Amino acid sequence: MNLTKNISSVCDRLKGELMKEGVFLTTLTQLYNWGRRSSVWPLQFGLACCAIEMIAAACARFDIARFGSELFRASPRQADLMIISGTVTKKMAPAVVRLYNQMPEPKYLITMGACAIAGGPFIDGYNVLRGIDRYLPVDVHLPGCPPRPEALLYGLMELQKKIDSQTIEGAEWYRKGLKREFPVPELGPYGLVPKYNPEVWQPRAQDSRKQKYGLPILTGKKDKAPELETAPAA
Amino acid sequence: MPLLAEEVKSRIETAEPGIAMKVFRNSILLEKPEDLLRAAAFLKSAPDFRMDYLASVTAVDYLKYLESVYHLYSIEKKTGPVVLRVRVPRKDPRIPSLVGLYRGAELQERENYDLFGIVYEGHPDLRRLFLWETFEGHPLRKDYVQEDSEVLEAADIEWLDRHGISSPKEVRQHALELRKQGKRAVAEKDGKEGA
Repeated sequence: MNLTKNISSVCDRLKGELMKEGVFLTTLTQLYNWGRRSSVWPLQFGLACCAIEMIAAACARFDIARFGSELFRASPRQADLMIISGTVTKKMAPAVVRLYNQMPEPKYLITMGACAIAGGPFIDGYNVLRGIDRYLPVDVHLPGCPPRPEALLYGLMELQKKIDSQTIEGAEWYRKGLKREFPVPELGPYGLVPKYNPEVWQPRAQDSRKQKYGLPILTGKKDKAPELETAPAA
Repeated sequence: MPLLAEEVKSRIETAEPGIAMKVFRNSILLEKPEDLLRAAAFLKSAPDFRMDYLASVTAVDYLKYLESVYHLYSIEKKTGPVVLRVRVPRKDPRIPSLVGLYRGAELQERENYDLFGIVYEGHPDLRRLFLWETFEGHPLRKDYVQEDSEVLEAADIEWLDRHGISSPKEVRQHALELRKQGKRAVAEKDGKEGA
């Protein structure tokens, strides 16, 4: 991602000199992006403990309002940014995808915390989605368990950089025939159907956990149980 | 202040004869599930026990049988817990419901039904609590086979086709092969896939 392509050809010193004379020089794209990045309205919803850190970021000590994002909207129709703050269970995933679909363009998505990125400590569970990126395109991944409010602010700044790098003529949400509605998965007999959206995400060729740590995935049948009467009491 | 299971057992025996019980680990195992209601009703109403609070209804899968564990406390007497255990076979497990005695058992029995498949007879509204209605199986049982969430199956491919989403050729091929062999993509302990 090229984050600096919108820097105008007029040098900053000349701009500064002109500003002293009361002449403000800008490009349409810069003005447009300045407006957009200075008022990113997040969708007001939390899924798990990361939501507490998100709330802390919105409170006085960390004060996300300094970045223009203090207006947490309770309706997806008025939101620009979705912060997936916490574990996405399989039961919740269809609702999350539907909410994202209901947001107007341009829209952005931050995954906050290990669970939202890849399932976190619950990755082997039968009930937890292994990362929302299986169904939705993610703009900023924010690792941590949970990330501190400063980290959320940093993630927001990274998102602002991304917003700054977009142009009106290149903006994908103005293009014709853009496919930005993501199909909502269904609740099937063993989990979600489909397990992932191959147009958005595809599994790696090798299980990186096994490759890195040599640990098998422990999700199969269990065949051990203690004998309570004979075993010594704790 | 914990109660001694032996004492509680002898009190139940004198008040409600005919209940077969066994004591281990300071807990009382009721040999027959149908005695549960009588024992719990006695413990709730007996003036020197007054077990008015059912703190938890949980279940354990011991492979040979399923066990439901009840923790009773007395708020009035500030005593407890009295631990009751009930064993049922893994096939067709049925335990009388305690909702009539303790209203608080309602959600916990539903949870056990959801995750272990234990049927609490007499429960007013025995539905799945956490998982959805169309879910198959009871995931906290030790023989539950979990799906492999990295491998698409034929149902997924059909769904993708219906929604006009393209999928890679190899993935499609693999899903069809699985269906031909009558297999599901499941997660195994050693990380291999298979039925």
